[in-house]
Amino acid sequence: MKKVKAIVLRAAGINCDMETEDALELAGAEAQRVHINRIIEDKSALNKCQILVFPGGFSYGDDVAAGKILANQVVHHLYEPVQKFIDAGKLVLGICNGFQVLVKAGILPGDGQSGGQDTVTITYNDSGKFEDRWVYLVPQTEKCVFIEAGRQIYLPIAHAEGKVVTKDEAALETLKSEGYVAFKYADENGEEGPYPVNPNGSVDSIAGLTDTTGRILGLMPHPERHVRTTQHPHWTRLKDRTDGDGMTIFNNAVKYVKENL
Amino acid sequence: MRQWRFEVFNRSGFSDVHGNSILEEIKEFGISSVEAVQSAKVFLIEADFDDDFAQRVGKELLSDPVCEEYYIGRSGPPAGLAKATLIEVHLKSGVTDPVAESVMAALTDMGMEAGNVRTARKYVLLGDIIQRQTDTIAKKILSNDVIETVIVGSEAEPPSPHLKPYELQIVHWPIRDLDDDGLVALSKEKDLFLNLVEMQTIQKYYRELGREPTDVELESLAQTWSEHCVHKTLKSSVDMSIDGKEIHFDNLLKDTIFKATKQLNKSWCISVFVDNAGVVEFDKDTAVCFKVETHNRPSALDPYGGAATGIGGVIRDPMGTGMGARPIANTDIFCFGPPDKKLEDIPKGVLHPRRIMKGVVAGVRDYGNRMGIPTVNGAIYFDERYLGNPLVYCGNIGIMDKNKCFKNPQSGNIIIVVGGKTGRDGIHGATFSSGEITHEYEAIFSHAVQIGNPITEKKMLDVLIQANEAGLYEAITDCGAGGLSSSVGEMGQNLGAEVDLEKVPLKYGGLNYNEIWISEAQERMVIAVKPENVQAIQKIFDSENVESTVIGKFTGDKKLILRYNARQVAEMDMDFLHDGVPKYSRKAVWNTPELTEPSITEKDNYNEELLQILSSYNVASKEWVIRQYDHEVQGSSVVKPLTGVKNDGPSDATVIRPRFDSDKGLAISCGMNPMYGDIDPYWMALAGIDEAIRNLICVGGRADRIALLDNFSWANCTKPETFGALVRASQACHDGSIAFDSPFVSGKDSLNNEFSCEDGTQISIPSTLLISAISIVDDVNKCVTMDTKRSPNLLFVVGETKNELGGSHYYKINGQLGANVPKVDIEKAPKIAKKICAAIEQGLIVSCHDCSEGGLAVSLAEMAFAGGLGIEADLRGLPKSKDCTRVDAQLFSESNSRYIVEVEPENYDAFAKLMLNAPFGQIGKVTAENTLTVKAEDGKKVIEQDLDSLKQAWQKPLAW
Repeated sequence: MKKVKAIVLRAAGINCDMETEDALELAGAEAQRVHINRIIEDKSALNKCQILVFPGGFSYGDDVAAGKILANQVVHHLYEPVQKFIDAGKLVLGICNGFQVLVKAGILPGDGQSGGQDTVTITYNDSGKFEDRWVYLVPQTEKCVFIEAGRQIYLPIAHAEGKVVTKDEAALETLKSEGYVAFKYADENGEEGPYPVNPNGSVDSIAGLTDTTGRILGLMPHPERHVRTTQHPHWTRLKDRTDGDGMTIFNNAVKYVKENL
Repeated sequence: MRQWRFEVFNRSGFSDVHGNSILEEIKEFGISSVEAVQSAKVFLIEADFDDDFAQRVGKELLSDPVCEEYYIGRSGPPAGLAKATLIEVHLKSGVTDPVAESVMAALTDMGMEAGNVRTARKYVLLGDIIQRQTDTIAKKILSNDVIETVIVGSEAEPPSPHLKPYELQIVHWPIRDLDDDGLVALSKEKDLFLNLVEMQTIQKYYRELGREPTDVELESLAQTWSEHCVHKTLKSSVDMSIDGKEIHFDNLLKDTIFKATKQLNKSWCISVFVDNAGVVEFDKDTAVCFKVETHNRPSALDPYGGAATGIGGVIRDPMGTGMGARPIANTDIFCFGPPDKKLEDIPKGVLHPRRIMKGVVAGVRDYGNRMGIPTVNGAIYFDERYLGNPLVYCGNIGIMDKNKCFKNPQSGNIIIVVGGKTGRDGIHGATFSSGEITHEYEAIFSHAVQIGNPITEKKMLDVLIQANEAGLYEAITDCGAGGLSSSVGEMGQNLGAEVDLEKVPLKYGGLNYNEIWISEAQERMVIAVKPENVQAIQKIFDSENVESTVIGKFTGDKKLILRYNARQVAEMDMDFLHDGVPKYSRKAVWNTPELTEPSITEKDNYNEELLQILSSYNVASKEWVIRQYDHEVQGSSVVKPLTGVKNDGPSDATVIRPRFDSDKGLAISCGMNPMYGDIDPYWMALAGIDEAIRNLICVGGRADRIALLDNFSWANCTKPETFGALVRASQACHDGSIAFDSPFVSGKDSLNNEFSCEDGTQISIPSTLLISAISIVDDVNKCVTMDTKRSPNLLFVVGETKNELGGSHYYKINGQLGANVPKVDIEKAPKIAKKICAAIEQGLIVSCHDCSEGGLAVSLAEMAFAGGLGIEADLRGLPKSKDCTRVDAQLFSESNSRYIVEVEPENYDAFAKLMLNAPFGQIGKVTAENTLTVKAEDGKKVIEQDLDSLKQAWQKPLAW
C-alpha cells in the first residue's frame, strides 16, 4: 500500500497545525508539520509529499490583512516550488487562514497558475468581528477531489475576515461559470440565507473556492475541527454517532492520492 | 532615508466595516451630527526605495487589490465634501506596534530593508461636527490617551522616535540618614509602594553594609516585596474578631487554604502553591497545570491592552511551570459596572463600563485567538461598585509530561532571555497593582500599561516546546510582574546570579540599567541552560526567528550582581531580597450585619419575575462574548460553552479532550457570587466552591479528582472590616476544601481595589472571590449537557430547596438584599455531588443542570429553551425544607447543592436506587410543547410561558 505523505505548513502565528496533522493521520496519511523556513532553505522538501496544507491560524498576526504577510512570503520565496507541486498533479488545501493565503498569493481561484488575478479577495466579516459558530456547507462542484458531491456537511467557522468578495459582477460570474465555487453556506435544509446562515456576508454565500483542476481547495470553515463525533456542538443529542463531517475532506484527499499519484 | 507615507482606503462599493462600527459607537454616545465615518490605514515607512518600488509596496503589500486602494502621501478631505473632519490616531513613542514589525519583515521578503515603520489610523468624519464633539469622539471612541496620540486636521505626524543612546550614570538613592518621614517620602517619590517598616528594614540593611543603595537595588526590593509578588497581606499573622470572639492565625494562608491542601495530601497533586501554576496529574504520562491571574488596574486604564496582556501574561505561567507546559485552554471572568450607566454618572478618570467591557473582550479575543488557545470558560458579573475598578480574571491551563514538572537550575547555568525585546512598557506594574487608584492615575501610571504582541509569544512557545523536548534547558520561568528582576531573582534565589544588563535586547535606545531590569515588557521568558547546550538551543530559536540572548549566569554565592558595561550597579544578598520582607501582623474584624428579610407580597403568577431575572445582566446570555472567542481551536472541545439544539444554551462547564490519542477529558468551571458576600463572605465563598463543583459534576467530571483555585479581589485590606471579610472567606475555603475532599492548588490575590473620585468619595469593590475548578473526565463519550433531550423523559431535582432568598436575583429585582444567604450543608453537599457523578458515569442521566442564580425557575427555563422542548413541572415533587413554603422561595431561592436531571423512564428504578438517602424528587417531565409550566403545590399554574419569549428575554440584553 502506498504511503500518502502530507506537509502541514507552519509559520509565525499559524495555530491549527496540530489538529490538522491529526485529521490527516486519521485519514491514513503520514503527516508532518514543517516550518516555512525549512522549505525556503530546502525547496525540494515539497517533492516528498503529495498533499500540502496551509492550516488555520493568524499568520503574522494577520497584520495588514489576513494571510497577507504569509502570502507575500510565499510569492517571493516559494513561487516556483509551489507551482511545481501543483503542476505535478498534487493536492493543496487551505483552511481558514490558509485559504486567505491561497487567495492573496493568487493561487486561488483560477487555473492553478500563481501570480494573482486580483479579482477575488477575502475581507472583514459584515459583523465587524471575529465569530466562532457552526455552518452548513453545500458543495457546488463535482470535480473537486476533496469534496463528496451532493453531501452537505456541518463545520465550524472561526474568523474575523472570511467574507469572499469579487472585484465586480463579471468576476463573480466567472467564479460560477468556471466552477470555482467549491462550497456555499446554507441552512440545515440546504437553503442559502442571510446572517447567521451566511456568517460573514460572503458574496453569493461562497464559503470555499477551488481551481480548474479541482486539486486545490480553500475554505473558511474548519474540517479539522469536526473529525470526531464529540466535536459536534450538540453531539449529546445525536443518536447516531459517526465520524465528524470534516473527515470527508481528508479521506477524499488521501483516497485521491492513493488512486492517482 | 526618505519617509514614505501610504494611506489605504476601502474602494467604493466595498463596505468599510471598521468605519461603520465607529459610526455606530458615535451614535451610541448620543452624537447625531456625524453622518458617515471613513477609516483608513496609514503606514509611515522610512526607506531608500524609489517611486516604482513604492508603488509596488502600496499595491502588492499594503492594500488589497480588490477592495482597497492606496494613496502615497497625504490625501486631503474627500472632494466636494466641505464638512469633513480628519482625525489621525498614532501610537505614542515606545508603544509596541506589531503591524509595523510585520511590514518590516514583509519588506525584507520583497528584497528591501526599511529603517523604520510606523502605523496609524485615519478617520474622516462627515457631518456638521462641533469642536466639543470632535474632542469627545477622538478621546472617548477613537483613541486611548494612555497609549495613543490624536492629531486633528492635517498637521504633520509625530516625529519618528530616535532616542538618544543611554550613557551610564550610576544613581544612588541615599537612605541611611533619613528619618521616618524621609523614608516615607522617598518611597512615595519613587513610587516604591513600600511602607515605613519595610523602608526601615531596608535602611538597617544598608547601614550594616555601610553604603547607600543604588536605584536599581531599591527598585528590586520594591518589586520583590510588592503585595503583587509576595502577598504579604494573606501571609500576615492575623488577630481576628468574629462577632467579638477572638481568633489568631500565625499565617492566614498557611492556616486556612494551604492547611486544607496539606491535610488532604492527594497523591495526584504534583506541585501546589510553589510554581507559576498548580500542577495535578492528568493521566499516567501527563499532568495539567492551571493558573488564574487578575489584570485589574491595567484593564481599567486601557481595557484592550490591559486585558490582552492579562491573558498573554497568564499564558506564560503554565509555559513557565515546571519545565514548561503547552497551553490548552483559557478562562476569563470579568466584573464591570452596569453597561447601561449614564455617561454623566461616570466619575472622572473612569472609562464607561460598556467601553471597558468591549475593550476587555476584544483584548482577550485578539490575544487568545492569535495564540491558538481555546477560551472555553468564563463568567461576567455586573455591579455598580466595579465602576472604578473593573475586575479582569484570566486563566490558563497547560499540559506537560509528568516527568517534567520540576525545574532544576544549577550554578554555572547560563541565563538566556527569550522572546520579545525590552522597552519602557509596564515599568512599575507590580508596585502599581498594589496601590489604590485615584482619578489622576490615568496620567501618572500610564507607563504601567503593557502592550502585547501575541505572535511574538506564539513564536516563542513554538520553539520552547522544541527546546523542552530536546532537553536543552534546566529551568524556565516567565517574565511577569517585576520583569527580569522577578524572573532572574526567583530562579536564582538559592544560587545567586550575575547579569550584564547592556546585553538585554531593547526595542529602542535610551533605557537605563534600572529600566531594563524592572521593565515588564511582554512576551519574554528566562531559561537556565548548561554552557554546553547554549549553541544548540539558540540554533532552535534562530531557526524560527525568535530572539534569544545570553545575559548572565547563575553563580553559587547567593548574591545578585548586576552590571552595565562591566560596571557594577547592584550587589545584593538573595536572602535579604527574598526573605527580608518584614512579617506583618494585622487586625481583622467581622461583625455579622443585622439584616432582615423583606416582606414581599405573594403573587398568583411569576412569569414577569422569571422574564425579568432572565433579562438581568448577570443571568443573561453571554453569547455575544463567547462567539468572539475561538473556543474550538486545537480540536479539543467536547462540551462547548454553548450547547443545545440551536447551540445557544448555557453549558454548566466545558470539557476538553486535550490528547488526540485518548478519550480522557478535562472539565473546567468557575463559581462566583459577590452578592452573597454583602451578607456573609463565609457563605459567599462556600457557595462559590459548591457552584464550581456542581458545574463540573453536571457535565460528567469526577467528584474525587477536583482541584480548586482561589482568586481574591478585595478592597483596602488595611481596614480591619475589609480584611475581616477576607479572613471569613479564607476560612470557608478551608472548610469547603476539606468537605469536598478537593484541594486548592493555586491562588492569587488582588487587594486595594478602591477608587478615589475627584470629590473624595471612595468606591470599594464588593468582596469578590472567584473559585475556578478542574476535574478529570474518564471517558468524554459519557459527558452530559444541560439541554432537555426528549419527551417524555422524567425530571428530578436532587438537593434541598430552602428558604434562602438572601442575596438572590429575585430580591435584587425587588430592590432588596435580604438576610437568608444560601448556606452549604457541608455534610450533605459532597454526597449529593458523588451520587450525581455516579449516575452520569452509569449513563442514567441524559441532561443535568445546576440551580444557581435565579434558582429553580431560571434553571428549568434554560434547560427547556436550550433543548427546544417544553417542561411541565410541579412543585409538589420539589424536595424542600420545612420553612420553604412560599412559592416565590421555591421558584427563586438560590440554595446550593441542587441539580436538575433528566432521566429516561426506563432508567427510573436504577436512578432512584442510586439517589436513596439523598433529598430528591420528581418535579415533572419533558414535553414536546413549546412551553414551560410550573404548578404550585395547590395545583395552580404559577409559571406558564412559551420558550421563545423566555429565550428572547435571556438573549436580548447583551446581544450587542
